[in-house]
Amino acid sequence: MSAERRIIPIEPAGSPGKSAAFEYISTRKDELIGWARKFSIFPYPFVTACCAMEFMAVSSTPYDTDRFGAALPRFSPRQSDLLMVVGTVTHKQAPILLKVWEQMCEPKWVMAFGVCATSGGFYQNYAAVPGIDRILPVDVYIPGCPPRPEMVIDGIMQLQDKIARQKHVIVTKDF
Amino acid sequence: MKSSAEVFDRIASRLSDREGEVAVSHGILVANLAPGGVLAAARLLRDELGFDVFLDVTAVDWPGQDPRFEVVWHFYSTSHKVRVRVKTRVPESNPSVPSLTPLYGSAAFMERECHEMYGIGFEGNADLRPLLLYEGFVGHPLRKDYPKEREQPLVAYRPGFELGERG
Ligand code: SF4
Repeated sequence: MSAERRIIPIEPAGSPGKSAAFEYISTRKDELIGWARKFSIFPYPFVTACCAMEFMAVSSTPYDTDRFGAALPRFSPRQSDLLMVVGTVTHKQAPILLKVWEQMCEPKWVMAFGVCATSGGFYQNYAAVPGIDRILPVDVYIPGCPPRPEMVIDGIMQLQDKIARQKHVIVTKDF
Repeated sequence: MKSSAEVFDRIASRLSDREGEVAVSHGILVANLAPGGVLAAARLLRDELGFDVFLDVTAVDWPGQDPRFEVVWHFYSTSHKVRVRVKTRVPESNPSVPSLTPLYGSAAFMERECHEMYGIGFEGNADLRPLLLYEGFVGHPLRKDYPKEREQPLVAYRPGFELGERG
């Protein structure tokens, strides 16, 4: 063996110079973590208006969102990773919503539940924010006024697909 | 307890000594008074006629008419079980009426709301801060000339999103 020093480069995944083997392994790790994360969604319900009724319906026994690992709401933004914005958000409330979102730890996702959160719905006036995507990034939109529980479940499943497909930054070459 | 017609007759006779007209409309006694007569009428209603509940104060914007604003009060009597509506008109240049806070404590919040939504001034109410709106809101959203699309967000929009009409 030569006296050459072995250098282990420390590079994040995705930087040039990565090997095909590493790429393969890290893809599989992303999948593994995505799989774990998509079944442990802890929602924070930011409930402001009539959509709350539908939220209660969908989180109760007949629809059983625990099948998707998304049943247990956390009422602290620090313990949750899905912000469910359920109902109309007014301009006066927007700073509160933004603060809640800022307090959530990464990784975090946002769901706009109902047309009010999605686009303001039928409200076009001085009071309502015309869509929460104006103030924070939204991952999944659920239309309907209010959406049916099946639509909410479809939204959760779409979010799960999105989480599974995501690159999870926790995975670096040194992981 | 007297019938509401008797009560209305009695109130009408007391109110009609002052300027204005009094009539019964859809089961409510409606008094159209001059702005200066409102406080005295409210005092009469509260102290002598038994109207112990102040229900609401709101306004109506009649664009193109002069005087433009109509301020409307509702009172209720728990002993007679009848309502009375008092109305007055104020011009756009000086939309100001006396505050009823010396008579009814519950008027304070309702006058704040009417003030922010219609820009009606209530002389004698020292605390007319926004109640449902927020500090820094420009204009009076329930006036008919407030643009429907005008947004005054407290949080800056993310890049790529336009504000509605700026006025
Ligand atoms: S979308 Fe419809 S049900 Fe939901 S908050 Fe808005 S108005 Fe209410």
